[in-house]
Amino acid sequence: MAQYAVLIYAHDSAHAPNATPQDLQTCDQHSDDLADSGTMIAAYALTPRDMATSIRGDVITDGPFVDSKEVVAGFYVVEAPDLDAALAIARTNPVVTSGGGVEVRPVHSSFVRSAAGAAG
Amino acid sequence: MRDTAAVEAAVADTHRRDWARVLTATVRVARDLDLAEECVQEAYVSALGSWVDAGIPANPAAWLTATAKRRAVDAIRRQASARSRLPLLVMTAAAAGDAAGDDPPEPDESGAAIPDERLRLIFTCCHPALSQEAQIALTLRLVCGLPVPDIARAFLVSDATMAARLTRAKKKIATARIPYRVPGPADLPERVRGVLAVIYLLFTTGHTASSGAALVRGELVDRAMHLARMLRELMADDTEVAGLYALLLVTDARRATRTGPDGGLTRLADQDRSRWDRDALAEAHDVIVGCLRAGAPGRYALQAAIASLYAEAPSYDQTDWRQIIALYDRLLEVWPSPVVALNRAVPLAMVRGPAAALAEVEELQRAGRLAGYHYLPAIKADLLNRIGRAEDAAAAYRQAFDLAANEAERAFLAEQIAEHP
Repeated sequence: MAQYAVLIYAHDSAHAPNATPQDLQTCDQHSDDLADSGTMIAAYALTPRDMATSIRGDVITDGPFVDSKEVVAGFYVVEAPDLDAALAIARTNPVVTSGGGVEVRPVHSSFVRSAAGAAG
Repeated sequence: MRDTAAVEAAVADTHRRDWARVLTATVRVARDLDLAEECVQEAYVSALGSWVDAGIPANPAAWLTATAKRRAVDAIRRQASARSRLPLLVMTAAAAGDAAGDDPPEPDESGAAIPDERLRLIFTCCHPALSQEAQIALTLRLVCGLPVPDIARAFLVSDATMAARLTRAKKKIATARIPYRVPGPADLPERVRGVLAVIYLLFTTGHTASSGAALVRGELVDRAMHLARMLRELMADDTEVAGLYALLLVTDARRATRTGPDGGLTRLADQDRSRWDRDALAEAHDVIVGCLRAGAPGRYALQAAIASLYAEAPSYDQTDWRQIIALYDRLLEVWPSPVVALNRAVPLAMVRGPAAALAEVEELQRAGRLAGYHYLPAIKADLLNRIGRAEDAAAAYRQAFDLAANEAERAFLAEQIAEHP
């Protein structure tokens, strides 16, 4: 098994601070499905582009790093035996058929601090 | 002393015929496309020397396979620790086999016979996760065994650029774990389309070099024909595979007459039909009839049917224009491309007159999707001439001349400008 990161590209993230469960229903449903199927091992939903702050050299600017129509709205990591299997999982993301898309990248290595040590 | 020339001929022959089989057999051992390619290349080089000394073996392909596999095993043993840290090629257990494995195909879990290993190689080289440029380069290098400098020359890039393109593609296959496998039924039609697109692009690149002096880059055309024939043999039931094969056959049957003795372009209407390859046309005809009978013909089968109908007429004027228009209409249904709509203007002018065809061409021009495509002003110029608008025709020819990159085509258009001042 190999790990693949799936980067979600959309006009913006649905996960605004004041988003209602209804706003998030499609995203969360897909996330639950992947978690239930056992293929997803980590997932992060990001807040909208307005919340982003970028640093280039010693200059800090408001907004996403790349000025583009789409931003990374979130990402998750799946386990799959090969690229075809990873693509098959990634293409079920609802964003693919609603104007955005996903990018699939093999994971080289990763680190997540164990949950026990995380501040609550 | 043995005959060196005979050995060279035998090596060249088996290189053309058996390269892909020798490579796939070696991949089973090497589990790495790069290493397998290197070992097969070395095996062919060593054949040149060995066969002069020891004679040409009864089964050259078996000799080459054994030699290449041995080199792969040696290389793996020698560099067990130092071997490239790239992951091994992702293959099914049945495909990997063991070092000695030359087992006959056995049924896999779904009960279907294991396909020819060359199919796995072709689908891996043409995987959509690779750029089409990389797909083409990989197919020529790994499936056809074409040397890197030859591929570089065909695509007008430096050897270093082409080598880097191939290295990057092989690295992605290993790192992203692009599987060495024939896709399942759900993905198969889409993936076959990708493979056919690569073969067709190779053929058209060779047939009408988009720039440079030679109109026919024979090597690429031959390789495309070879691939189309191989694929047809491996996927006998696929009508689009058959359709592409027929299309290449028909187009290539006219190769000898497309250019005159001076290398200049000869129009279809002026080509010497007695010099067309009748055997190839007959073979294509049978294949096309088979495709059309099977129902729901696809893009390539319909293109082949149109090309075949053009070729079957005893003379240009006796072409069955109405039937050709009907086929174009079906083609537009499965492949709604403005290029197809433009080409349809040619038979349309023969049936409904040049003015009606001109109206359609001008509408395509207004739609703007063919801006920069030199065939549009070229076809328009011909239609304008035929309704007596010589001045407008000359302007359109000049426009086509400015857009065309192929020197034979530019020479042809320059001639038209001179003839219609």
